[in-house]
Amino acid sequence: MKILIVEDEPQMLENMAKTLKAEAYIVESAASFKEASQRIGVYDYDCILLDIGLPDGNGLELLKTIKDKGLEDGVIIVSAKDSLDDKLQGLDLGADDYLPKPFHMAELRARVKAVLRRRNFEGQNELQIGNVSINTSNRTLFIEKEEVDLNRKEYDVLLYLASNKDRLVNKTALAEHVWGDNIDQADSFDFIYSQIKNLRKKLETHKADIEIKAVYGIGYKLQNK
Amino acid sequence: MKLLNYTTTYFSGILLVLISIWAVVFYYAMFDEIYDSIDDGLDNRKMVLIARATKDPNLMQKPQLDEYLYTIEKVDFKNYRGFKDTYNDTLMYMINEEDYEPVRMLESVFKLNNEYYKIKVATSMVEEDDQIQNLLKYTVLLYAALVISILFLNNFFLRKVWKPFYNLMAQLKTFRLEKKQSITYTPTKIEEFTLLNNSIEKLLQKTQESYEGQKQFIENASHELQTPLAIAINKLEILFEENELTENQAEQLQQALENLERLKRLNRSLLLISKIENDQFQEKETLDLKSLIEEINADFSEMASHKNVLLHFSAEDKVFKNMNPDLAYMLFSNLIKNAISHGNSGTDILMELAEKKFSISNFSDSDSLEKEPVFERFQKFNGSKNSTGLGLSISKSISEKYGYALNYSYKNGQHIFTLNFI
Repeated sequence: MKILIVEDEPQMLENMAKTLKAEAYIVESAASFKEASQRIGVYDYDCILLDIGLPDGNGLELLKTIKDKGLEDGVIIVSAKDSLDDKLQGLDLGADDYLPKPFHMAELRARVKAVLRRRNFEGQNELQIGNVSINTSNRTLFIEKEEVDLNRKEYDVLLYLASNKDRLVNKTALAEHVWGDNIDQADSFDFIYSQIKNLRKKLETHKADIEIKAVYGIGYKLQNK
Repeated sequence: MKLLNYTTTYFSGILLVLISIWAVVFYYAMFDEIYDSIDDGLDNRKMVLIARATKDPNLMQKPQLDEYLYTIEKVDFKNYRGFKDTYNDTLMYMINEEDYEPVRMLESVFKLNNEYYKIKVATSMVEEDDQIQNLLKYTVLLYAALVISILFLNNFFLRKVWKPFYNLMAQLKTFRLEKKQSITYTPTKIEEFTLLNNSIEKLLQKTQESYEGQKQFIENASHELQTPLAIAINKLEILFEENELTENQAEQLQQALENLERLKRLNRSLLLISKIENDQFQEKETLDLKSLIEEINADFSEMASHKNVLLHFSAEDKVFKNMNPDLAYMLFSNLIKNAISHGNSGTDILMELAEKKFSISNFSDSDSLEKEPVFERFQKFNGSKNSTGLGLSISKSISEKYGYALNYSYKNGQHIFTLNFI
């Protein structure tokens, strides 16, 4: 899997590259509009992370070029502006997703994986870990080919943790992903625990190959048993 | 009291004094002139009579005033010598008036053929009391005429002159800085009003500039803070993911991360407020508030059950409002979140939605906050340390943007927020 990060802020770029490299992706980067358009012209990418606020041009122009050329690259727009206009325009132009800055690394990983899944399995959106299979098209969970009932939030928590398998996911990142940005101030997110508890119970009774581990009260980690 | 009426009152007072003085002065001046003229006439008649008496000795002995209004009497030398002509006012019975009326009388002496005579000549006089009455009548009339003319002037002429002033005041009364209103200045020839117009124009321009500048500054500052915050948070997250931390290190880092997250939320809220105030949420759509609030309640259900509060929502069907969906979500979610975080464990949170208003209440130990600036930025109550202190301020800004009234009230241990849609 080859990913291009277009980002002019060097440390931001470094963080994103490091996180994605840890997932064993091939990561390339471009720090300017010019560099990015050269790379896009020459190489194919599975996913492009596109900062639209570049010093020498608007990232949306790059998106237009990609779509005009009929390239198959998945594109996630990254924007510090968090403006609805950018989002709508980006999605209209054919971007796969829109990620407002600042974002959590876990969120980045989940979004990239979602785009890659959609690109590479063409509708066959399935996340398979051992005997656990999450179907992201129908939002269903199968353990040993047996369907397990999950409510909306349990499903969201499971998919998010599974997308960040073997990584410590901070409670804040998990809460913001599942309950939205507006969930701030919520008494240190302890209410997440009850969702995790239910989920653990379901995984256990169906003898799943995975488990959800609490790490120092900081967050959770999904890993193989 | 209006300046117009105020000056009119003063004018009337001053005029009253001035006209009274003028009436007295005029009275004396007029009488002086009348006496002068009458006395001249008497003097003339005296000389004519003396000339006639010289030719006609019959006239020399006429003790009665009768219809000719004069007397001539012979007098001694001692009465003659040193006698000065005198003019006196006296009364005489007038047949036509059937009353004693004032007359003017000249007394004089003359010498003829070595005999000495005294002559008295009289003529009828103006009636003083009548005259005073007349003068008073006409003075009052003049006064009334003057006051009426001043009122007339004020109401028609001055009102026209003051129009630019009142026009400006009417606009200033409804002027609100955050609404980017512009004021139209009525052109005027009057220097003071031009000065006032120019001064206010300059003042407003400067105020508006600094207000815009301040808003822009908050937006720029929070925007600039986002990238370094994101980098710092992400660095810490990467550190966690490398799984090489001891528990103690992890705890320390977690606290640093939590504070950065708090900073991030604070910053995001500030950015949001300035975006609302800068009117950057233009898109609107018709929203079904009932399903919106139900959706928010579902989002907050875990938080509510964790806090052990029960959410009760009763709603009329079909409450539709034309709002920006993001802002509507924020408006209601902040109110609901606020109620959940301040509600006492084991109590109910009651929400009611109707065509005209939405209300939400929670029970809490704290006393009424009616006197507290609950909607001010950075107001925190009951030590909610994770709160940014901006949630209610955001709700207030959003409701003001749509012309809704968001109010707080307190009743029997219940803190109530009411949003009136009209």
